[in-house]
Amino acid sequence: MKKQFGIRSILLGFGFIGFVALLISQSCARKPKTAMGDVAQAAMATYVAPGDLDEYYMFYSGGQSGNIFVAGVPSMRHLATIPVFTPYPSTGYGFDKATKEMLGGYTWGDAHHPALSETNGDYDGRWLFINDNANNRVARIDLKDFKTKQILGPIPNVSGNHGSTFITPNSEYLLAASRFSVPVPKGTYAPIEQYATTYKGVVAGIAVDPKTGEMSLGWEILMPPFDYDLGDAGKGPSNGWAFWTCYNSERATGKLEVSSTQRDRDYAVAANWKLAEQAIKEGKYKTVGGAKVIDPKDVPGVIYLIPAAKSPHGVDVSPDGKYFVVSGKLQSITTVFNFEKMQTAIQNKEFTGDEDGVPVLKYDSVKDGEVNVGLGPLHTQFDDQGYAYTSLFVESAIAKWKMGTWEVVDKIPVTYNIGHLAAAEGDSMHPKGKYLVALNKLSHGTHLSVGPSQPESSQLIDISGEKMKLLYNAFTEPEPHYAQIIKADKIKPIEVYAKTDNKDPNAIWDVKDAKVQRSGNDVKVWMTAVRSNFEPNHFEVNQGDHVTIYLTNIEQTTDELHGWGLLEYNINIVVDPGETKTIEFTATKPGVYAYYCTNFCSALHQEMQGYLLVKSKGSQATNAARKAEKPYPAQLARSSLR
Amino acid sequence: MNGLVEKANRFFDLPLTVRSRILVLVGALFLIPTFILPLWRMTLYSNQFPDGLELYIYTYTLDGGHPRGRDDLREISTLNHYIGMRPLLESDFSEFKWMPLLIGIFLILALRSTVMGKMSNVVDVGVMFGYFGLFSLWSFYSRLYQYGHNLDPMAPVKVAPFTPPLIGSKQLANFTVYSYPGVASYFLIAFVLLLVLGVLSSSRKAAE
Repeated sequence: MKKQFGIRSILLGFGFIGFVALLISQSCARKPKTAMGDVAQAAMATYVAPGDLDEYYMFYSGGQSGNIFVAGVPSMRHLATIPVFTPYPSTGYGFDKATKEMLGGYTWGDAHHPALSETNGDYDGRWLFINDNANNRVARIDLKDFKTKQILGPIPNVSGNHGSTFITPNSEYLLAASRFSVPVPKGTYAPIEQYATTYKGVVAGIAVDPKTGEMSLGWEILMPPFDYDLGDAGKGPSNGWAFWTCYNSERATGKLEVSSTQRDRDYAVAANWKLAEQAIKEGKYKTVGGAKVIDPKDVPGVIYLIPAAKSPHGVDVSPDGKYFVVSGKLQSITTVFNFEKMQTAIQNKEFTGDEDGVPVLKYDSVKDGEVNVGLGPLHTQFDDQGYAYTSLFVESAIAKWKMGTWEVVDKIPVTYNIGHLAAAEGDSMHPKGKYLVALNKLSHGTHLSVGPSQPESSQLIDISGEKMKLLYNAFTEPEPHYAQIIKADKIKPIEVYAKTDNKDPNAIWDVKDAKVQRSGNDVKVWMTAVRSNFEPNHFEVNQGDHVTIYLTNIEQTTDELHGWGLLEYNINIVVDPGETKTIEFTATKPGVYAYYCTNFCSALHQEMQGYLLVKSKGSQATNAARKAEKPYPAQLARSSLR
Repeated sequence: MNGLVEKANRFFDLPLTVRSRILVLVGALFLIPTFILPLWRMTLYSNQFPDGLELYIYTYTLDGGHPRGRDDLREISTLNHYIGMRPLLESDFSEFKWMPLLIGIFLILALRSTVMGKMSNVVDVGVMFGYFGLFSLWSFYSRLYQYGHNLDPMAPVKVAPFTPPLIGSKQLANFTVYSYPGVASYFLIAFVLLLVLGVLSSSRKAAE
């Protein structure tokens, strides 16, 4: 008995020690000390204290919102939304005459791929360009004031401008391409059965004025009816070339999910844009739909096809310009093509055939490496250490791989289903490294729930070390595609429109110059906005009059914006300090309508209001009689503060 | 009495030494920057303007600070209108016409005295300039007084009449106002000091 008890107690004792050991090891596994350290480090790395500024700007495309979102990196704070293809009441965009005309009647666009202007292959911080996949347009934002200055389009013959706006190294051209081939010129009918023969794809270069940034039609190249997807411009040794990918080389219609995925390979496209430019100068083009269109048969050497992984998506030129990296959505490899090898293959005529007169190069002659990145590779970005980063949609991860050895060295999971990714200046000739942002398509409730319509997720990743480190999750409205990240000191915005820089002939700078002028049925109003009044603070028109208001915000200090909202007339204007906007409308509705400042400006902001009085047709006599009564002294009606 | 008059006559007839002429010449040259640099500087700090709104008064014009594209002069006038103060308009200041003219005259007179080389010339310039300086200060102070006292009775914010500070600081509503002479004022003071040195130098030489 005694002995048994002894053994039992010894056994129990061991058991107890074992249990304690297990507890300790378990608790260690649950809360490893280093993990707490990582969280603290990530918090430190992304914390931008009040008064401090972010190191980088990030310009996200806003997808079907038609906007650009501006965020600071590393804080990932949303700083501003730049309306481009869509009216935006917050800034009064699309309500005044100039922006209304620029929008051309469209109330949305699909903003996909922003491109910062470049000089010698590096971001120069002058302009930001963005494409509209839906209405075939491109737009320019001036980074002096972060405002959309020009929208070009719909671009003739280009249908579904997705492979855009990838810019050439000295901002000579923006790329454009048809994702949905159609009969050209647009407006032409051809039955769907003629898709393979009559429908045409187009790849194009939109010319950019190097001084003003003004965009105009450059060259277009007529292509087989494939679906041209993404692009990138060559740089360094490959400067002068433009690249795209395309899917549906089957020339299929109907259920493309099936019909366009039957062949093992689709194509990458390489266009010699310097040759295209030359051909236009030499008149080797036809004018189609108002654009100068090159038939590749007429200009040999202008464009080639290279077999690429099935349903390819991104094509990304390496910082040194020697390679272009093509990722096939349905494969687990990313293909690295060698530009020099391509030149040799072209010289040696290593073709396997042609598509409507466009020569197809031999895959093995142009390929340099195949990188086993993982499932569903889409896009590639670069750092300053010779590494590439490829987004893996299916796998929900990013693969880091070494240029030259083509070996994957690290992988990081993301939440979830990453589309594009953007590294700091990661598509320029001198990437900055340091930060990478994963632009994920699905967030699957990794945020406070906001119902079924979920935000997109953007994750900030530290790429300064050997291992990628997740720093921060940010969420945005639908839906960013690509982004550009630029060192903040490269952009030098103004904060006030200086009186001397306002060239609007209808700008006035003194409340004393405010006036109302009538000629026939046209009423013109020169109006000032300044804390805390509009001048004139009331004016009369007749029903049916065409009213033009030139509204100048005569403030000259930062952040003193004024709004001008006209009740029930659907007019909403915002004027920045020193800005003049023109408002045009027809006074269709009789009655008295207040206008007021919509952008909180001062202690007497509520008092910043006035009246539009619209005399109904046929009631002139009654109005005249009312006027004679003079219900209150005239000077009291003028509530302006002098 | 006669002795005193004779003494004074001798003093005013004293020739200026080369050293004195140089001192007066340098002093005259010190007047030139006053055509460019601000005479007075006011800074208005508040929570919204931690960097301060700047107002510069020159001999010939008014100007505000222009940080980040701002026009502080316009901003000060905009803010002042709430208390019914008149906007600061260059055209309201007759000083901007006569001040540069008079300083120009003093420059010429100072140069003249270095050529004429008599003590009386320098003393004339100094005495007249002293009067000019005091008159200018009074004129500037009365401007401040007028701006702070002639307030529009219809103003949305009623405040008791006040005088902004000429030198020093003062709290006005949510602003702390600092007012100090600008660089040009120091040149004007230097001009006076050099005139005095010129006078002393020549009179000491005569006493030797």
